[in-house]
Amino acid sequence: MSVLKRLGYLLGLPLLLIAIWYVLTIDSDSFFVVDPVTLAQTFVDTWVGERFWNDVAPSLVRLAVGLFFAIGLGIGLGLLIGSFRWLRSMTEPVLEFLRAIPPPVLVPILMILVGINDQMKVLVIISGSIWPVLLNTVEGVRSVDDVLLDTGRVYRITGWLRITRLVLPAASPQIMAGIRQALSIGLILMVISEMFASSSGLGFTIVQFQRAFAVPEMWSGVAVLGLIGLALAFIFQFVERRVLRWYHGLREVDHAG
Amino acid sequence: MARRGGRASRLTQLPSGVLGLAGVLAFLLVWEAIPRLGLADPEYLPPASEVLQIFFRNLGLTSFWEAVGHTMLGWALGLAIASTAAVVLGLVIGSSSFLRQATHSTIEFLRPIPSVALIPLAVLLFGVSLRSTLLLVVYASFWQVLIQMLYGVADVDTVADNTARSYGLGRLARIRYVVWPTAMPYLMTGLRLGAAVALILAVTSELVIGVPGLGHEIALAQSGGATTAMYALVLATGLIGVAINMGMRLVERRVLAWHPSVRGEVHA
Amino acid sequence: MPAETVRTTPVGSGEALLSVRGLKKVYASDHGSVEAVRDLTFDLRDGELACLVGPSGCGKTTLLKCISGLLEPTSGEVRLAGEPVTGPPKGMAVVFQEYGRSLFPWMTVQDNIELPLKNARLGAKERRELTQRSLHEVGLEHAGKRFPWQLSGGMQQRVAIARAIAYQPRVLLMDEPFAAVDAQTRADLEDLIRKVWQDLGVTILFVTHDIDESVYLGERVLMLSNSPTVVQEDLPIDLPAERDQLATRSMPRFTELRGHVYEQIQKAKKAAPQGNPTESTAEVAPIG
Repeated sequence: MSVLKRLGYLLGLPLLLIAIWYVLTIDSDSFFVVDPVTLAQTFVDTWVGERFWNDVAPSLVRLAVGLFFAIGLGIGLGLLIGSFRWLRSMTEPVLEFLRAIPPPVLVPILMILVGINDQMKVLVIISGSIWPVLLNTVEGVRSVDDVLLDTGRVYRITGWLRITRLVLPAASPQIMAGIRQALSIGLILMVISEMFASSSGLGFTIVQFQRAFAVPEMWSGVAVLGLIGLALAFIFQFVERRVLRWYHGLREVDHAG
Repeated sequence: MARRGGRASRLTQLPSGVLGLAGVLAFLLVWEAIPRLGLADPEYLPPASEVLQIFFRNLGLTSFWEAVGHTMLGWALGLAIASTAAVVLGLVIGSSSFLRQATHSTIEFLRPIPSVALIPLAVLLFGVSLRSTLLLVVYASFWQVLIQMLYGVADVDTVADNTARSYGLGRLARIRYVVWPTAMPYLMTGLRLGAAVALILAVTSELVIGVPGLGHEIALAQSGGATTAMYALVLATGLIGVAINMGMRLVERRVLAWHPSVRGEVHA
Repeated sequence: MPAETVRTTPVGSGEALLSVRGLKKVYASDHGSVEAVRDLTFDLRDGELACLVGPSGCGKTTLLKCISGLLEPTSGEVRLAGEPVTGPPKGMAVVFQEYGRSLFPWMTVQDNIELPLKNARLGAKERRELTQRSLHEVGLEHAGKRFPWQLSGGMQQRVAIARAIAYQPRVLLMDEPFAAVDAQTRADLEDLIRKVWQDLGVTILFVTHDIDESVYLGERVLMLSNSPTVVQEDLPIDLPAERDQLATRSMPRFTELRGHVYEQIQKAKKAAPQGNPTESTAEVAPIG
């Protein structure tokens, strides 16, 4: 497909939608809508500058820290649990229960246990994001191909080498899927923990706007969240494409054959 | 492969059901022990027995079931609306290569926007009402189901489709006989994922906005200092979540019992 | 460069490198216990190329798994160079039938071959040399940087073989390695095995269901009975050492031997198993 055509598909519908949005809001004096131009302006006014460093950056840092630990712990525990059938069976009901608790519900609990502070917010992110990583890792480790495992045993590959060169790579497609889910959950929890119980941060700021009926600013906050979500998705895709390059190649060959 | 000695290895050979039960009991025991032994302040982490007491007491209270009902209503209605829209759109977009390519960038852009971003909007537009919940639930679940539907439609075997076409089957007939059976397993996956997300958003809406339901009850309990009651409600919410997950898996298996499992779960 | 392998007792030409005694494996299944392997006894001498043939379902794979230490036998014993096998022993390599599932898809061909060597704590230079040589031996000198799934089935199996030889095992077990490959590739790979065997002098136990293949390849063909399995017959193959797909297979002696094996396998499929026989030499008299 030519570059022009590709560009057309990429930007066509979005531009069309923005145009429609513009036309619909140009004469509107409805309270709730904002036209694209005002939004763009408000966006820059509100978020570029001091507020970014005071509210957005700390939120993002908390998110990053939370995700880091969630992923690390999730993979570590997942490796452990996934490697032993009896451990899997024992922990399965409890884990299924813990993961079924809607993550935002953890906010009030952690508020009580830890208080209202940065640690609480990070803990909230960890305790919600760890589940998809953990459970997917368990599944991935459990379902490593038999023949691969036998090959590993025949060549007496054990210990650290076995984990890093056999088990983890074999489970990595599943693990990456879990990490993707963890990213969305983490973002949601970052926002909620700040909407609910905070005096700073992105979530808090947006709620403030809404309370003050500062509609364009509120929308711009939505836009910021959207952009963050997008950025995360982008980063993930970039990493995934490299880490799982072999997997995509393999699937392509399988599908062609 | 040295044979490991007697008792320990035999314990690990127990059937998974028994082991699972043992796991639950161990969990409850630890939960009971921690506050009682003073490892955590019992005011902030009440022992399991106390929480369970209140949990069972709740089961007899109308107010509890009313809250459950509110949550379930938001969940079910939102999921239904989202799925219907997603199925229709999925079929329409999926069956046209042009539409698929044209909408791809828009979908990929809108998808990652966290539904919580809509909370302020919901509050402004609808305030404390079911409609706020529906806005959030529908938005979040819609994407889950849509993405899976698109995968499903894309998975249609071109040979089968062409054969149907050559037999003169119109678009609707082809959808019914070729596209739908292929997309069904994907739809089931989408519904399962969407159902889980729907619950999360329903409870979130109640928690943050204050719409009546379990989430709201939890917020009330927490702000009112009724810690044990709060834990009991969280327990109930978790169990509902588990029930939904298990229920969806059961439905999936039933509906797809006849279907060759050609597909694996496609990551949403 | 001579290999550093496990040698606890020096093995002369008369002693067995691999010895299997009374191997028995019973599985528990839904219908009660299944005796997959009843009583297997045979020896493999250092440097031999022996083939194991049997009807489908006679427990060939089970046998191989027990010998390689992947499965624990119910009773009986396997010894490698005098040491009992209780788990995958040092000095034994296995080439599986499912090459696609045995090679690590996230590693290049080179890395795949080097992994067991890395695990055995060989230095980087030595690993590289061994890898290069083994790739050369199987005719894949230039495939080092590719991924297994980028190669054809036959080439993938060559990589698996290269990995096994780079490991420098005392014994190489092959579990129906060419069953999933097309006939032409199979012929090439058969010749490759004989070449590898002659070049490196490695001991090979080759399991197959293909009768022609077993006669073509082996110095010796062990025929297995139906399940529950015992060794039905142990046939020495007195074909010339230099074998050729066309010439050897059209030799009358080949046809005789092959016919005999075929007969035995047919008998095995119908009858109940015999006890452990001795080597048969009188059975097949050469024509003339």
